[in-house]
Order: sequence, then structure tokens, then C-alpha cells
Amino acid sequence: MLAFALKRLGLAVLVTLTVSLVSFSLLFMSGDPASAIAGENASATDIEAIRTLYGFDRPFLVQYTDWLFSALRGDFGQSYYFKLPVADLIADRLSTTMLLGICGISFALLTAVPLGVAAAVRPNSFIDRLALFLSVMGQAMPSFWFGLVLIVIFSINLGLLPPSGSSSWKNFVMPTVVLGYYAMPAIMRLTRAGMLEVLNADYIRTARAKGASEWRVMFKHALRNAVVPVVSLAAVQMGFMLGGSIVVESIFALHGAGYLAWESIARNDLPTVQALILIFSLFYIVFTFLSDLANAWLDPRIRVG
Amino acid sequence: MDDPILSVRHLTIDIPLAQGTMHAVRGIGFDLKRGETLCIVGESGSGKSLTSLAIMGLLSKKLRQKAEKLQFAGLDLRNQTPRMMRGLRGDRMAMIFQEPMTSLNPAYTIGDQLEEAYLLHRKAGKAEARARAVELLGKVGITAAESRLSQYPHQLSGGLRQRVMIAMALMCEPELIIADEPTTALDVTIQAQILRLLSDLQREMNMAMILVTHDLGIVARIADKVAVMYAGEVVEQGTAAEIFDNPRHPYTRGLLRCIPVPGKTKPGERLGSIPGIVPSLVGNFQGCAFRGRCDVAEPICSEMVPVQEEGQEHMWRCIHAAGEGASEGVSQGVRP
Amino acid sequence: MPGSIRASGWGEAMARTIETVAEEIRSPSPGAMLRRRIFGHYGLVFGIAVLTIIVLIALFAPLLTSHDPYTQDLMARMKPPFWMAGHDPDHLLGTDHLGRDYLARLLYGARISLAIGAVAALISGLIGTAMGVAAGYFGGKVDLVVTFLINVRLAMPVVLVALAVVAILGGSLEVVIVVLGLLLWDRFAVVMRSSVMQVRDLEYVNAAKAIGCSVPRIVLSEIMPNVLNNLIVVATLEMAHAILLEAALSFLGLGVQPPTPSWGLMISEGKQMMLFEPWLIAIPGVALFILVLAINLLGDGLRDVTAPENRG
Repeated sequence: MLAFALKRLGLAVLVTLTVSLVSFSLLFMSGDPASAIAGENASATDIEAIRTLYGFDRPFLVQYTDWLFSALRGDFGQSYYFKLPVADLIADRLSTTMLLGICGISFALLTAVPLGVAAAVRPNSFIDRLALFLSVMGQAMPSFWFGLVLIVIFSINLGLLPPSGSSSWKNFVMPTVVLGYYAMPAIMRLTRAGMLEVLNADYIRTARAKGASEWRVMFKHALRNAVVPVVSLAAVQMGFMLGGSIVVESIFALHGAGYLAWESIARNDLPTVQALILIFSLFYIVFTFLSDLANAWLDPRIRVG
Repeated sequence: MDDPILSVRHLTIDIPLAQGTMHAVRGIGFDLKRGETLCIVGESGSGKSLTSLAIMGLLSKKLRQKAEKLQFAGLDLRNQTPRMMRGLRGDRMAMIFQEPMTSLNPAYTIGDQLEEAYLLHRKAGKAEARARAVELLGKVGITAAESRLSQYPHQLSGGLRQRVMIAMALMCEPELIIADEPTTALDVTIQAQILRLLSDLQREMNMAMILVTHDLGIVARIADKVAVMYAGEVVEQGTAAEIFDNPRHPYTRGLLRCIPVPGKTKPGERLGSIPGIVPSLVGNFQGCAFRGRCDVAEPICSEMVPVQEEGQEHMWRCIHAAGEGASEGVSQGVRP
Repeated sequence: MPGSIRASGWGEAMARTIETVAEEIRSPSPGAMLRRRIFGHYGLVFGIAVLTIIVLIALFAPLLTSHDPYTQDLMARMKPPFWMAGHDPDHLLGTDHLGRDYLARLLYGARISLAIGAVAALISGLIGTAMGVAAGYFGGKVDLVVTFLINVRLAMPVVLVALAVVAILGGSLEVVIVVLGLLLWDRFAVVMRSSVMQVRDLEYVNAAKAIGCSVPRIVLSEIMPNVLNNLIVVATLEMAHAILLEAALSFLGLGVQPPTPSWGLMISEGKQMMLFEPWLIAIPGVALFILVLAINLLGDGLRDVTAPENRG
């Protein structure tokens, strides 16, 4: 278990470093970052001044290590647009996005897992059909459009929920549903498939032969085994969801990190964009790392070698 | 003592399929007393396992099951509620399955799973259940039982897992134990140990045992009674002596020809085999199911099969009476 | 528990997460049995039919409408569609805020979505399949490298990276297609890797190795035909994915640029007026939904039809 955890941690660190290299390279994709920052009407001297100011005249690897070591200290540089330290900007916005992510994944799990279990227990029943319908719809619906439809229905026509802002819990209802619905179909499918597989397992028959009740068979013996891959998927989806928060936050004008990303991309604020890409990647890396550890712990074949 | 603990009459199991109804078990019956061992023998697909699952009330709801009589310890199993069946299962009747590798839940320790069997039926504390688990692990020949309790199934070998399964089945001292091919998945050396263990424990606890197998060598060693199943029917049944010393049904004779006999079968010699395949049981079926593979079949076999009896228990389904028309070269007296 | 999990070695440490992604593809879709019982392959038939219609619409858009999707008519702005009062029979689906015919924009928009979906899936399919097949076939160090790259790719937030790159390079149809193509190869690689691993040690592959067939020959003639079904299923799913992503990028204003008739862009433009004219977002949104639904049903149907347990 410890060996596994250490190797997994080493992998997480390597992936993080590689992602940081890629996101730092983005700055140079346009060719000359100095002229990109200076804007279209800048003179050659201005561009030169910016180049020296930001150190773009140094070799790439020097700039990268410099940036990386600052980033490790929590210093992501100055935002070109907001003229503030990037780290402060992000720290300010992160709690909103985290809250949204947690609400979203909770919504997805709370709907998908019971639905998946119910669908597996009674295949071809009404609930199985409903699960199928919701999952097919969810996979085909563009989430930004789903958000707009919700605004039209619940804000404009019914006046129940505020269309934008982040001042009260009501602001989080629609974004949670939109974000959660994005992750729901995959989790539901996997829960259902996993439960179907596990319910056919020999040890389920053993449990019944012992005289265990259906409820006990379902929740103690079956779900415990079916949930293992669902934990991994939930972590992966959580990472994807936070990355996708940029869309949801911009629809509902929730001022989180995703909204910040949208603003800074639209304004060519590269240091902020770099930092955000790294941070969103880091979320994914941490979630999947933790879920692998959780899985290893849930699966005695790994826990006790 | 003399009333049978289990009494089955005309049990049928139908499986609805897209192509029609499959009559997987067709009117079988037997009686079993405490302390007796009944071996149900037959090829795979002959309905042996379905029969044992039906007695346990573990058949999938999709299958249709009927019986004229299905009585266990004076209880009519046909009209027990699911809750009452649960109360019986694991307590008064228990089952051991074929696949020890997959029959234990990988997520829980051996101790958890053994104790669960006890706690479900006895008003007992964790400590008592634990003590019982240790006791039974000792009984099934597992050393260092205490430390095994905290192990997971993947840490045990197949033979050990099957011992655990046996211990689990015996946690509540059942009156009836059904073992469905308990040794098929194990190494040959382990097979013998497990069988001896089962048969010793059965005698010690005075249980009735149904052993489902396709291995006649096993049957010869531990059976009191034998039921030979073919294509969903019991084609011949009787005491072990009757079946082995005086087999009546051509199928039983064929099966007996398939076992190597020490001293008689020369190395390299071909063992007997029964040519042909089991007929499809989908749709209505008339006459003898074995006729397509039988070397003494007559035209009348496609219309009817008489049930013939001899003595107290010996019964077979064939138009041929004792000895008549039987092919030569049947090896008899294989009982060691 | 599905799959055997061992805790030793780097390979296992890396493969765990990506196996989750593969699991999604391999498991039959919910209700697969149910649908087959009720409709036969209804979903598959529906998917093929609708997709064919949309492809025909895209090809023959100029024949289906006399309007040009770019021509503005400021005198005829915001005409409502045919089911609302005050509509103009000349503009069946009304006009947008610049007086452009909405039906024409919708029909020509199908070209954008299909082009994005097909070409992006082609690019990512080539990259992902090459990586996945190499990893699955050679195993060992090659597998470690590919698995690592997949992990890196999965860690990067797609929407964010795509938006940033498109913003730096400037939004255009070509840029969006290439960026999406370079980003969406992960699932191809994951699924091809595990599919190839499943067939690489089969008898006929070993036989081909034994008689001295070259690696490209074994891969192309022995392995690829056996993993093709999975490849096609992933391709349909990634096509849908690319279409949805393009729409999202264009919606955020950082994808295909105006005045191109992209459905995502139409929704974005309609958003300003959705308070009063919700049909402006309803029409392109429903079109997008139907297209993606059709592609997904096609993919689901193909997966169910080609799943090993369903082969005669």
C-alpha cells in the first residue's frame, strides 16, 4: 500500500511538472509574448522595454525554471490586466469555484448512484427507462444551452431564481444542476453496469444462501464492490467539471476562478491564464490521486498485498 | 427420526426463453433422512444445480418452479414467505457452491463473513460469533484460526477458501447441507481432503447432505443414495449399492463405463464414452430423452417411458426390465 | 470488481485513472437490452437517419434556401419564426438581430458543426490511435510513455486550454478544428491501448508473429480489424464531443468568429435578446441537441451491436 502510494505520488508530481511546462509554453505560442502584451499599436521601443521588463530576452528554460520556482512559492507574477498579483486574484475567486464543484459533484452523485442502483436492480423497469432517458439527454445537451434554458424558465418566466451573481445560495442552484447534469450520465452508467456485474457475482449468491435480506445483499455486499470504479470516475469527473466551470460561471456570471479564466483569456492576460491552467490541472491531479488512494483502501487486494 | 427431513415430489422448473419455454427440470422427486447423503449425478445442464437452488429458494424469479410436494423438516417450502425462507437459509439449511475462488466477497474479511452467517440467525454478540467462527475454522482443519479471521479471501488458496465456505455453511449447525460440485474447481489432491472433511462433518453433526457432482468416483465413496439425472429427469435412483452393483438404466451403465477402475483399466486404454449430445429441452418433449444416444433404444421409446421399480428404493425410467437388452461389457462392482 | 488490479509497478499506478475512462466505453449503454427488445436497433436507426438528413442538409444548403446566411437586412430585423404572430412567410424561422435569415444560418451552420466534428475526430483519431496501438502492442517502456502522456493530457482542462490557444492564435474555423483535434486524442489512446492489449496475445496474432510478419503488417491486418469496432465507437463519441466544444468556444466568443453561421455563435448572439425572444436560442440549441443526440445514439447503437457478447 505504501509503495503504491509513493509511486502514485511520484507520478502526480511528474504529471504536474509536465503540465506546468506545457502551460508555460502557451505564452510563447503566439511567437513573441512581448508584442502580444504591448498590444497592436505599440512601438518597437515599447515592445523592447516590455521584453526586458518581463525577462523575455532570457533563454526559455531559464524563464521556465524561474517561473516554476516562483510558482512553488505561490508567486505567479503580476496580472497584466488587473495589475494585481495573480495568486491573490485566484485565491479570491477559488472558493466560489470549489463550492460550485462540490455542489455539482454532490448533485451528480446523489442523483446518479441511486438511479444507477435502482436501474440495475430492476432492469427494464420504469426507473431504468427514466435513467436511460436522463442519461441520453444529458450527454447530448450542450451545458451552456441547458443553462440558458434554465434561466429562461426559472428566472425570466417563473422568477424563482436569480439569473446571475453569487450573493446567495439561490445563485448556486442552477449552476449546480447544470454542472452536475454534465457529470451525471457517466456516473449513472458506470454505477448501473457495475451493479449489474456485481449482482451476478457468486458471492452475492453466497450472501443470499446465508439468509441475508435483499437490502443487506444490495447495500452491504453489492454496492461496496460496485462503488470502487465509481469513486475513480467521480474524481475524474470532478476534475473535468472544475475545468468546465468556465462555461457555467460565464453563463451565470458567478465570479469564480472559471469566470476569471474567461476574463483573462479574453484580455490576453497570460500570467493569469497560465496559473489557472496549472491550478485546474492540479485539482484534477489531486482528485485522481486521492481517489486512487481511496480505491486502494477500499480494495483489500491492494490494501493488504 | 424416520420421517424424511426433505421430501420432494414432482419438482419441475421451467425457464422462459425467447425461443420458447425450456423444461429444465421435469418432475423429479426423492426423500432424504437425517444423516443420509444423497448424491445427484449427471452431466452439466442436466438440472442438478437448478434442483439444489430450488430447494434453497434461491432460484431467480424469472424461472418458474412447481412441485407436488416440497417439504423440509415438516415445513411446506412452497408456501413460505421470502422472509421465512431467509430464516431457514443459512440456519437450518445451508449450501456450499462450486466456485470457492469467487464465492467469498472480496471486500470483507473471512471473519466478517463467517460471523455474518451466525449473527443473521442467532441473537448473539460479536464475541460469541467470533468464538463460533474460530471453533468452526478449527473443525474444517484450518490452523491458526484466530489469525485467519482478519484475512481477506484473496489471501487464501482455493482449498482454504472452500474450507471457509464449509465452515460458513455449518455456522448454525444446519439440518440439511447442499454441496453443489464443491470440489470441481480444486486440485485433485485437495478434492479428496475436502470430500473426506465434508463426509466426516456430516456424520459428526448428523446432517442430511445433498452432494451434486458429475464425478461417480466421489459418489462411490460417500453416497447412501444416488439419483442419476439426465436432461432434467431422474432416470434412475436407488441406494448406492443398487446403482453401482445393479445399474438398470442404459445411461447409468454408460456413466459407470466412464470411470477408470483400478486394476481393470489398462494404461492407455480408452475409457467408455457416451456418444451424442443432450437433446434440447425447449418446447414439448415426449418419450425418453436419452433415446438418441441409447444403443438399446426401440421405436416405442419416442412415445413413452415406463417407470420401473424394484425393492424399496430402486427406480428407473426405461422400457427395458432388469438385464434385458443391456449391452455387454458393463463394468460392475466398481465400488472400492 | 471489474478488472484485476495489482499494486506493483509504475504502469499500474498510471493506468488506474485512465482505465476509468476506458470502462465507460466498454460497458454497454443503459437500457441496451431494453431498447433491443422494444425497438430492435431503434436508436441506431434513428441516429443513422437523422445524421444522414443533417449531412444532406449541409451538402445541399444552397438548394434548400434562397437566402444567404451572411446578407444583412436591417429593415427586417428580429422577424419571429413561423409559429409566432407577425412572422414573415419569406423567413420561415425569422431573422436575427442583423436581419439575416435564421433558417439559412441554421442550414449553413450544419456545415460548420459537421466539418468540426469530422475533421477534429479524424486528427485526434490518428494521433490517439497511433499512440494507443503502440502502447498496447509494444507494452513496456512505450506503454509507460504513452500512459504518462495520456495522464498529462487528461490533467489539462480542455475548455480552458482550447480557449487560451484559440485566443492566442486568433479564432478561425481552421484554428478551432486543429486545436480540438490536437486536444481530444485521449480517449482514442486509452481505448485503443486497452483493446489492443486484449487481442495482442491471441492465437492468431502469435501465429502471425511466428511466421515472421512485420509489425506494421500484424497491426494492420491482424489487430486493427479486431479493435475497429471500439475505434468507430470512440470516433462517434469524440465527434459529438468536438461539436459540443466548438459550440461552447464560439458561445464564449473565443471560437469561430462572426459572421460565420456557427450554431454556438448563434446561441451567443441570441443570448442578448433571450429575455424577449427566447426562440433565438431555442432554434440553434435544439439543432445542436438533435445533431449530438443522433451521433451519440449512433455510437451507442454501434457499441451494442458490435459488443462481443452480441456477436452471432
